[in-house]
Amino acid sequence: MKCDQLSIFLENRSGRLAEVTRLLSEAKVNIRALSLADTSDFGILRLIVSDFETAQKVLKDAGFTVGKTTVVAVVVNDKPGGLHSLLDMLRDSSINVEYMYAFVQQSGDSAVIIFRFDRTEQAIELLTEKNIPMIPSDELCKL
Amino acid sequence: MIFDIDKETMPREELEKLQLKRLKQLCEKVYANVPFYTKKFKELGIEPKDIKSLSDLSKLPFTEKQDLRNHYPFGLFAVSRENIVRIHSSSGTTGKATVVGYTKRDIKNWADMMARSFAIAGATPADSIHNAYGYGLFTGGLGVHYGAEALGATIIPMSGGATRRQIMVIKDFGATVLCCTPSYALYLYETGKEMGIDFRELPLKTGIFGAEPWTESMRREIEDKLNIKALDIYGLSEIMGPGVAMECAEAQDGLHIMEDHFLPEIINPETGEPVEPGEVGELVITTLTKEGIPLIRYRTRDLTKLNYTPCRCGRTLARMQRVTGRSDDMLIIRGVNVFPSQIESILIETEGLSPHYMLEIHRDGNLDILTVKVEVAGTTFSDEIKNLQTLERKIQRNIKEFLGVTARIKLVEPKSIERSAGKAQRIVDLRNENQ
Repeated sequence: MKCDQLSIFLENRSGRLAEVTRLLSEAKVNIRALSLADTSDFGILRLIVSDFETAQKVLKDAGFTVGKTTVVAVVVNDKPGGLHSLLDMLRDSSINVEYMYAFVQQSGDSAVIIFRFDRTEQAIELLTEKNIPMIPSDELCKL
Repeated sequence: MIFDIDKETMPREELEKLQLKRLKQLCEKVYANVPFYTKKFKELGIEPKDIKSLSDLSKLPFTEKQDLRNHYPFGLFAVSRENIVRIHSSSGTTGKATVVGYTKRDIKNWADMMARSFAIAGATPADSIHNAYGYGLFTGGLGVHYGAEALGATIIPMSGGATRRQIMVIKDFGATVLCCTPSYALYLYETGKEMGIDFRELPLKTGIFGAEPWTESMRREIEDKLNIKALDIYGLSEIMGPGVAMECAEAQDGLHIMEDHFLPEIINPETGEPVEPGEVGELVITTLTKEGIPLIRYRTRDLTKLNYTPCRCGRTLARMQRVTGRSDDMLIIRGVNVFPSQIESILIETEGLSPHYMLEIHRDGNLDILTVKVEVAGTTFSDEIKNLQTLERKIQRNIKEFLGVTARIKLVEPKSIERSAGKAQRIVDLRNENQ
């Protein structure tokens, strides 16, 4: 249930983000989900892509600092309290969320949230135990 | 007032005679007493008697800072230890410290030259001199102190730090002359403002500023904000300390070098050859009267030019232009010497960071701001902002701890710092931009 996320270090300069999307576009890699965390000087772009290996290679070759992070894609009901009950559960097990970002599926009734946990294994165990649906890596890439 | 009218207004011909006489004595002395110089003279195939005119100076060997380091601590002293009455030293942050020793007469000469400097600045025995230079191995504090006493003025020996207390003392004791670094003067002003004290209403009339490079625009700002005359002083511990040269209040156009004690030259730092008169180059100083550690053709690495035209203050002593830079890559940031190589070793010691870095210095308001750009790569990268920020803080802490300078750390992408085949350009100094 682990998914590979690509993390890219970006200086806050105009055109850097466009350079990433250009390279991915040329390599025919599709972006499934993304989040950009930033400070005044730099940002970290986090991507879930259709083809992790290719994306990693083209970005590395172009000189970007690229990292691979294990994240978990969790499906939550797209209704009030959906996320809250999930976070409550995690809190009770003392699992910390390092960061998260979400995207809503086109089909409508559920949202996918990408989580970076401090203890990924335990989080997966807990979610499995509680029957919380997660999206496997290969499926996520095809969404 | 001219403190030593005979020496400071000597006709050039007479001054040169005195310089030559002293230069000959100096050569005899170091040849006989300092093995380092005996060896150097022999290597060059010269003897003290070969010095027949001032133009023969170029036959003599240079002395470099490294020579002092190589003979750490007392190897270049020309007198026995019992004749040394005081030791000063650099901080030693760039490797071995340079150590200098002064005889009783050296201290007397230094005090006289500093007293001259105060007079050159327009100070008199009636003045109260607030001394915010540090006391200790650093020459600033004690140099100013003895000079003020030699002048017969009132010295207020504050030393550095405790800014609010400094301001209280300046106000309560009614100082008329302020000695500190130029950026500290502006810091005093800002702090005074916060305390509700307007420097313009204090009796301060003159500031004597040194120990770091500063610009004309900064001078204007200080003069305007503090309502004083701001003057530049020059010195270096290897030669003496503050008072090697001093800008006069009358002309505010170059610093008078104490030429009866120091023989200045300007050379091309690359070739070591003298530059054309009036051209900018590296200042080289030969100490004509020093007993403890006389130096022949000491390469200061400071870039300046000399002006021999008579000054309207009446002094005949040549004037050196405000130091505009360094011939080596040493940076002076808020009075602290910083070498790029030091930053490099700190980066490398901090979790194997990339040795590709760039130092940018600019002035924000009144303070020198050092920005260290470091490339983020491989093992140092994290997908979490907080880890990268921790890394930035760690680098900052290490730089502060080892160099005493607060730097801004900026993480940049790999290869974003230009590579060059030759000597890497590590410094972008933007401080003189608006001069």
